[in-house]
Amino acid sequence: MKNNLSGNDAYAGSQLNGLVLLRVLIGWHFLYEGVSKLINPYWSSAAYLLDSKWIFSSLAKTIVSNPTLLGISDFVNMWGLTLVGASLLLGLFSRYSALVGMGFVILYYLFAPPFLGLEYSRPGEGSYIIVNKNLIEACALWVLYAFPTGHVIGLDRFFTK
Amino acid sequence: MSENNNMDRRELIKGLATVPVFGLFLVKLWQKMRRDAIKKSNILSNLVQENSAPAVIKSLSDSRHLNIGIIGYGGRGSHLVRGAGFATKGWTDTVAENAKKNKLDKQFETYMTQEDLNCSIKGVCDLFDVRANQGLDASKNEIRPGAKPRSTATRYLHYTELLANDEIDAVIVATPDHWHARIAMAAAKAGKHVYCEKGLTRTFDEAIALHDIVKETGITFQLGHQNRQVEANEKAKQIIRQGLLGKINLVELATNRNSPWGAWVWNIHPKGNAKTIDWDTFQEPSPNKFPFGEEALKRFFRWRCWFDYGTGLSGDLLSHDFDAINQIMDLGIPKYASSTGGIYFYKDGRDVPDVWNATFEYPDKDLTVLYSATLSSNEPRGNRIMGHDATMQMGGQSGGGSIHGFIVTADSESTQYKERLEQGIINTKYPIYTYSPGSKQIDGVTSATSRYFANKGLLYTYREGKRVDPTHLHIKDWLDSIRSGSQPKCNIDVALHEAVACHMATESYFQGRRIEWDPKKRALV
Repeated sequence: MKNNLSGNDAYAGSQLNGLVLLRVLIGWHFLYEGVSKLINPYWSSAAYLLDSKWIFSSLAKTIVSNPTLLGISDFVNMWGLTLVGASLLLGLFSRYSALVGMGFVILYYLFAPPFLGLEYSRPGEGSYIIVNKNLIEACALWVLYAFPTGHVIGLDRFFTK
Repeated sequence: MSENNNMDRRELIKGLATVPVFGLFLVKLWQKMRRDAIKKSNILSNLVQENSAPAVIKSLSDSRHLNIGIIGYGGRGSHLVRGAGFATKGWTDTVAENAKKNKLDKQFETYMTQEDLNCSIKGVCDLFDVRANQGLDASKNEIRPGAKPRSTATRYLHYTELLANDEIDAVIVATPDHWHARIAMAAAKAGKHVYCEKGLTRTFDEAIALHDIVKETGITFQLGHQNRQVEANEKAKQIIRQGLLGKINLVELATNRNSPWGAWVWNIHPKGNAKTIDWDTFQEPSPNKFPFGEEALKRFFRWRCWFDYGTGLSGDLLSHDFDAINQIMDLGIPKYASSTGGIYFYKDGRDVPDVWNATFEYPDKDLTVLYSATLSSNEPRGNRIMGHDATMQMGGQSGGGSIHGFIVTADSESTQYKERLEQGIINTKYPIYTYSPGSKQIDGVTSATSRYFANKGLLYTYREGKRVDPTHLHIKDWLDSIRSGSQPKCNIDVALHEAVACHMATESYFQGRRIEWDPKKRALV
């Protein structure tokens, strides 16, 4: 019974609390990242993309040099982050949004990975080699996908009856 | 029944357990937006009146086709001719190829989307055969913004022959400085409109003479300071006029370069020889004469290194920064100038200094303008306008760093912003105004990262999808002024300010003393 993740009491109390807390915190983070871009009429993904290094740098340049692609990139980022954030926070379709959110963060990681020898003009907020907060957040979202909680604490509960 | 109710309630609570967190998020978001709004209303964005004129004025190009002659088709001359819409096949091929290799290289696109200025290059005069032929090539290259060229250029061996062509309406003078005055004055007398590269002239006397002839003949004269078209300078002017920097007593202008190219050690063209270069004509107006040979070749291709042909840092680089600050602050000619310097790094036979500092005094304005230049350090000092209430840091016009816009930061001891500083609404660590080209954003509350990008001019540049070359706008301004009979932005009056200020500083370097400007006698004392 304990291993049946779709059950109501799949987790012990502290396990459940920890997972829900993780989901809410990541949801909050995504939501604000998205909303702050939505309310800033001047925000653009161009700056991040222009500073891209490694395998996706030429793709990044293609996006920046094409106004249509850049528009799509901006739109997907702003709304994607906002929706994933709200979904995780409220526990609505949260298993799928954990997966989508993981996709976002992995892309951010791959567009600017903290590898030795890659120098960024953007000032960093910490010190990283290979592992940075994006990678950790992606991993945490994987955990949330593997151990879903929306159906226990969250709006998913009303849909999984 | 009550057990079922309890079950339902527990279900509901579990399902909605995180909704209050969402509510908390919305409350905090609203608080933050309100806080930012209050902060914003207290920074310069609200104090600055948004009424600047658009950078591109209404087009007059349709009204009248103009035939242009180019005298001096070198590095700068070819750029100016491109500004008029004509580039060599070699150049268009190269930049088209670059654009294919690097999608962010917009040089070709910028050129091809330039406005067609409805003009032709009718005459080319250059003392070096290779350059003259390149000019002819540019005049007929069909890869250009707008329709195919209407006519192609004729080469003239001497500028007097070019000026004798009645079909030519206007000339661009991009020769070395020692030829500027003679050619521009002859052109004005021949009724041709003149676009002359900076520095205006090689000597003070020439500047006065040229000014008077332009005034007498009434031709349309434009000096080649394309910074006059840069919107950042107009915005800076607006902010200073509104007194937002407080009383300004010191302005610091700087040039930092650190490469042989930046120090005018340009390539000697392999095809340059006694047959392809008209050396005698080149050195005709210069004080010292040299026979054709190795020294002559150096002097021909690296003329900026000698006072025989120009004025070194003064006419080449100070002139840009001086004109920019004159544009921003309407300074006019200083009362006093003094300068010192030396040849400290490039001991290659040049006679112009490579480290040079000049001060300009404006006693009636309670202002000193300081200019400091070195050709052996790339430290991006930029230009600073220091007021009692705030400082404006600008990128500078000549190798002064990568900031193409400017930032305004409040002074910790400011009187004007005292209350706001005390309340923490204004912080001296962050700009109260950031201007970055292509951006309409005026903001003091964006994140450190976006500020960083804004300062580098990286943000929004590609957003609008179109970049414009200020040199093109400057040529356009000149041609439009010819058509409308109005004065271009860098007309002969402001050109004289630049020329006299620069010559005062150069004279001071020669004489080792402070030079005074006598506005009544129009003389240096």
